[in-house]
Amino acid sequence: MIKRIIALCLLLASSSTFALKINAAGASFPYAIYSKWFSEYSKIHPEIQFNYQPIGSGGGIRQLLKETVDFGASDAPMKEKDKKKAKWPVLHVPMVLGAVAIAYNHPQIPDELKLDGATLADIYLGKITKWNAEQIAALNPGVTLPSDDILVVRRADGSGTTKNFADYLVEVSTEWKQRVGTGKSLRWPTGVGAKGNDGVTSIVSNTKGSITYMDLAHARKNNIKTVALKNKSGIFINPTVEAVSASAKEFKTTGKELTGSLINSSAKDSYPISALTYILLPMVEKDQKRVEIYKFVEWAISKGQSYAKELYYAPLPTELSKKVLERVKSL
Amino acid sequence: MNLLKKLGPISPSKQDKLAYITLRFFSLIVIILLILMIGQLFYASREAFSEFGFKFIFDDFWNPIDDEFGALPFIFGTVVTSLLALLIAGPVSIAVALFITEYLPKSISSILGTFVELIAAVPSIIFGLWGLYYLAPFVKDLLTPALKAVFGFLPFFQGPSFGIGILTASIILAIMIIPTITSVAREVFRSVNILHKEAALGLGATKFEMIKIAVLRPSFSGMVGALVLGLGRALGETMAVAMVIGNTPQITKSIFAPASTMASVMANEYAEAESDLHLSALCLVGLLLFVVTFVVNLVARTIVWKQTKGASK
Repeated sequence: MIKRIIALCLLLASSSTFALKINAAGASFPYAIYSKWFSEYSKIHPEIQFNYQPIGSGGGIRQLLKETVDFGASDAPMKEKDKKKAKWPVLHVPMVLGAVAIAYNHPQIPDELKLDGATLADIYLGKITKWNAEQIAALNPGVTLPSDDILVVRRADGSGTTKNFADYLVEVSTEWKQRVGTGKSLRWPTGVGAKGNDGVTSIVSNTKGSITYMDLAHARKNNIKTVALKNKSGIFINPTVEAVSASAKEFKTTGKELTGSLINSSAKDSYPISALTYILLPMVEKDQKRVEIYKFVEWAISKGQSYAKELYYAPLPTELSKKVLERVKSL
Repeated sequence: MNLLKKLGPISPSKQDKLAYITLRFFSLIVIILLILMIGQLFYASREAFSEFGFKFIFDDFWNPIDDEFGALPFIFGTVVTSLLALLIAGPVSIAVALFITEYLPKSISSILGTFVELIAAVPSIIFGLWGLYYLAPFVKDLLTPALKAVFGFLPFFQGPSFGIGILTASIILAIMIIPTITSVAREVFRSVNILHKEAALGLGATKFEMIKIAVLRPSFSGMVGALVLGLGRALGETMAVAMVIGNTPQITKSIFAPASTMASVMANEYAEAESDLHLSALCLVGLLLFVVTFVVNLVARTIVWKQTKGASK
């Protein structure tokens, strides 16, 4: 019996020495596609094992700086202050695109209620409190709106989704910019906070008259109605994978970096609250582990992109992915 | 084993000494751990403390974007939800404890006692989910209108209710602390001298009067201890509260309004805290909470300890 146990231990030990373990942590927003990628990639390369912890973007950056992970992941690029703390330059690689959908629940309001940025900001500032407010009615001719109260729901935990949503409100409302601003945790003027995408989803599904922002996948999977949002070109756009991809058409990278904002893009068919999510590669000495990570990243931004759509992420547009591929190959 | 044999027999006096030293060492670990925890919290929160000082406790804004932090709304939320929970759970727990010790036959009472204590084994996230999916709609659709109809003239019962807020959080907390209060109260009632009970009955008291004179009156300080112990648990509860309280750092009159507690804000914001000061402020909130719960528990233990010591005399 003991011999068997020892043999088993040895077997386990030997198999783990052959497998290369890559540790990563960060954003929870792309967790669904990352886990899909990791499992698919491990099927082709069984010697590579990934361990990704979705602890949030901020946590991902902190773990990266503490060198407890091999690479980090974040919805927002690192701040200059954090970059200075790092012992090495950090490369941001955009992996996939996502949308922040405006979701609501009211049986009397049909799907695809039309809203624009200013109105949305006023709802979240607490200035519009009824569903039949003039501004909403003006955007939705022919729709009879109920006179019920609007319950504003938002994330209570710090979140990259919040950051993207607030980035958009800053773009479209000067009052929001002055009174609230943007960040992963905010000082909200109104509403109730719920924990995580699941908490937000549950409150909105249970409460008539509620509105919130959440990632597209949660809204679609739970059949929650979503708002058609007016984009910069004045067209009302539903949050779809195609509309998200469109927002990256005129994407400009800033300098040498591959980072940039997709918020309120001027492309014609673009959904205005679209965002990139990055993995953060520390530019340390190239060893076997680094090589394997680069290989994986290359695979993820080329072949891996085909898994995006079914999980409600948008693949990188060809031009951007070409640029990213070049950069990664040159490493 | 062989090594011990080789060393030869240890004299009884040495055995005692050895046992004394080992046991002392292990019990010291607990105290050292406590000190280390406090020290670590002090260290982690020093940045926020030097920035805000004691003003931190009395300031009522929390704005991570501009790095302005004050903990008053969280202290308010923690105190209000915990006290409300105590108000709901206290009578229920003491009634259950009395029922178990005085009215039920022994065989059934131990089963019921176990069931009550099993509530404590339910993980708090389960309470949170249950609260979010079932309790919140119930509070919104049934409890709030009923309360408004009866007590609507009081400011505490006014304002809109969406089912998530102080009231729902308090109810969940109440359910979570019932086992704590019940089991301690049970022990306290059990420690009542049986001769006193018999004497009361012998003097012609009814069962109810006997309970009043011989059980409740001498157990008073013990019951207070049980309640304060429950309060200690309610103060620190995190996940379940974070899911149903609405997480808004504000001070309101209405018990239907959303609020935020010290524990919930730490759980919510720690992972994504952006600046060092934000992180440090969260640690300072943690330190405050630690101190408060520590003191509350200390008081409770002292009361219970005095009571049981007095009873065994």
